[in-house]
Amino acid sequence: MSGPSTYEPKSGFTRWLDKRLPILRLSYDSFVAYPTPRNLNYWWTFGAVLSLCLVSQIVTGIVIAMHYVPHVSMALDSVQRFKRDVPFGWLIQPMHAVGASMFFVAVYIHMLRGLYYGSYKAPREVLWILGCVIYLLMVGTAFFGYTLPWGQMSFWGATVITNLIGAVPIIGESIHQWLMGGFAIDDPTLNRFFSLHYLLPFVIAGVVGLHIWALHEAGQNNPTGVDPKTKEDTVPFTPHATLKDAFGVSLFLIMFAVFVFYLPEALGSADNNIPANPAQTPPEITPEWYLRPFYAILRAIDFDIGPIKAKLAGVILMFGAIAILFVLPWLDTSKVRSMRYRPAARQFFILFVLAAVGLGWCGSKSPGFSIITAGPYQATVSWIENGSVTREAITSPSPDATPAAMAAAEAAARQRGATSVFVQREGGVNASLIAISGGTPRERTLSAPKSEELDAQINAAKATVGAAAPYVSIKRQTPFVFSVTQLAQMLTAYYFLFFLVILPLLGLRETPGRVPDTIAKSVVAGEAQGA
Amino acid sequence: MAEEKDPNRRDFIFIATGAVGAVGAAATVWPFIDQMNPASDTRAQSTTEVDLSQLQPGQQIKVMWQGKPVFVRYRTPAEIASAERDDFAQLKDPASDASRIAQKDGKPGKPQFLILQANCTHLGCVPLPPDNPGFLGKYGGWFCPCHGSDYDTSGRIRGGPAPLNLLVAPYVYLTDTSIRIG
Repeated sequence: MSGPSTYEPKSGFTRWLDKRLPILRLSYDSFVAYPTPRNLNYWWTFGAVLSLCLVSQIVTGIVIAMHYVPHVSMALDSVQRFKRDVPFGWLIQPMHAVGASMFFVAVYIHMLRGLYYGSYKAPREVLWILGCVIYLLMVGTAFFGYTLPWGQMSFWGATVITNLIGAVPIIGESIHQWLMGGFAIDDPTLNRFFSLHYLLPFVIAGVVGLHIWALHEAGQNNPTGVDPKTKEDTVPFTPHATLKDAFGVSLFLIMFAVFVFYLPEALGSADNNIPANPAQTPPEITPEWYLRPFYAILRAIDFDIGPIKAKLAGVILMFGAIAILFVLPWLDTSKVRSMRYRPAARQFFILFVLAAVGLGWCGSKSPGFSIITAGPYQATVSWIENGSVTREAITSPSPDATPAAMAAAEAAARQRGATSVFVQREGGVNASLIAISGGTPRERTLSAPKSEELDAQINAAKATVGAAAPYVSIKRQTPFVFSVTQLAQMLTAYYFLFFLVILPLLGLRETPGRVPDTIAKSVVAGEAQGA
Repeated sequence: MAEEKDPNRRDFIFIATGAVGAVGAAATVWPFIDQMNPASDTRAQSTTEVDLSQLQPGQQIKVMWQGKPVFVRYRTPAEIASAERDDFAQLKDPASDASRIAQKDGKPGKPQFLILQANCTHLGCVPLPPDNPGFLGKYGGWFCPCHGSDYDTSGRIRGGPAPLNLLVAPYVYLTDTSIRIG
């Protein structure tokens, strides 16, 4: 993409340096003369935003580490002390905590931009894969970082996520203990998570270097997805892209500042201000917003798939949801890069974004939470008033023969004219039978909008009829309930369908729109949103 | 150089050095992996003694063992009866109540004292006992507030996503009224 170097050292010193370490030449070629497509829009400014986020997280993180104490009894207090007593701690701590969320806002926009404009297609596969590696490292870093304040959410988030490893058959428990450094999440876990949380951002910085190297080798994609052919199609990085990036970054920083100064706690969980307590689980455990779609996928699988247990299947799908991004360049069969010229693909893309947001919502709700309940919960309570009650003990020769003995006793009681018979197993060879004959059958139908309220009504009904008839039978009618779990299952199915079925087939079957011959033509035709 | 045999000395040295290097690399890497495993002092905290004499029927306490909570529950006769009756119910993870109260050396325990690891076998939350306001279980044992797993009075899984019964904590009776867990 970048042609031969056009850098010309101006002064004696730069000429001297250029022969010894051509670092100014590298910077000039990469960030000044570097030709960028002239039609890049504002979605292309998130690379610069992300670079800034990484620098901000590293700088604020190094400062916090100077005051933080990675010990179970002091971690929470040391963060509070940093916020209250250390000069400007009140500013730097929220910059770091809010900064994590901002980092993910930017990375999700950056990834969706790549998805929409086909930036993962040849020759940018390695560039895309390096981006996926960065994302995976970010998820790990965010998870380790969330543990460090050692609040209730820190502790229980770490417990739930490390427990996932235990789902691996046979070796799972050994790996689980190896990861925790003990038998539960404790001081050794906190210490190693702190160490890794400090390490991984520098690994990210290294992979970002590779990411930019790959970008400058393949060249930037652009909203048309057409390769630049002549000098007409490109403009120098400085001032065009530099200024556009600076403007985009400014807007992003304004949003960042609004959260830091006005809504510092809005994106976090209030429960994390409670010190970690291994003996008490908070009523609702959910990760930070940026990991909730994956948490929803994890919980969506509440049934065994063949020999694979539900828990393991959920873990496989959750990691699969990220792993699938790595092979995306080979799943999409379309020759056209940009979805601007793929009307059908654009519809599926919009659905994909909605599915991902929907999964995030599901991850924030309790899995049993009902979205739609078709009709009320109903129950029929029936009893016999003023009947004569006889009790009988059943004993069978062996545990295996007990069910048959129970059935025989029930049939015998009905033969004797009992209108209502209750048989209950008491143990291996023992059971008891209660038969009621005579009396008047009574019935009452109960109805309630919620299952708990129906239970309360049933208990009340039992109490009122209890004196007249000690035995009541209850028939429940549960309405169809559309719960968060079912919604999450549908959205998870779409997430995987999009990558595994829609993108491979659509590329072969769709009729794309007319792609412009060159970038310059698309700009002249007024299709681009900026130049 | 015309008499270079195949394999020659350099091939031999290459393979030998490579083999020694691979073994050396593995031997060097292993300590750096193994240091992550539970340390001696962590493993030394592995037993906990509990005095049962202060417990009342129907009461439950949580004690810490290896950094994890353990339920010690003094079951009422009604809870014991319902646990024994359900030995023959449809169970996801079948186990008799007698096997749930057995000591770690296989000797029978006392039916009133149930000693279980307090982490839900789904994702590790601590389930609630019936006297807790958040309890929504149908079997009178424990109810996990995280994802709704429902355990009976023997700690067996009866409903919800957990795959297994609450794990029995390995314990032995030291005297008539005290136990050692671990």
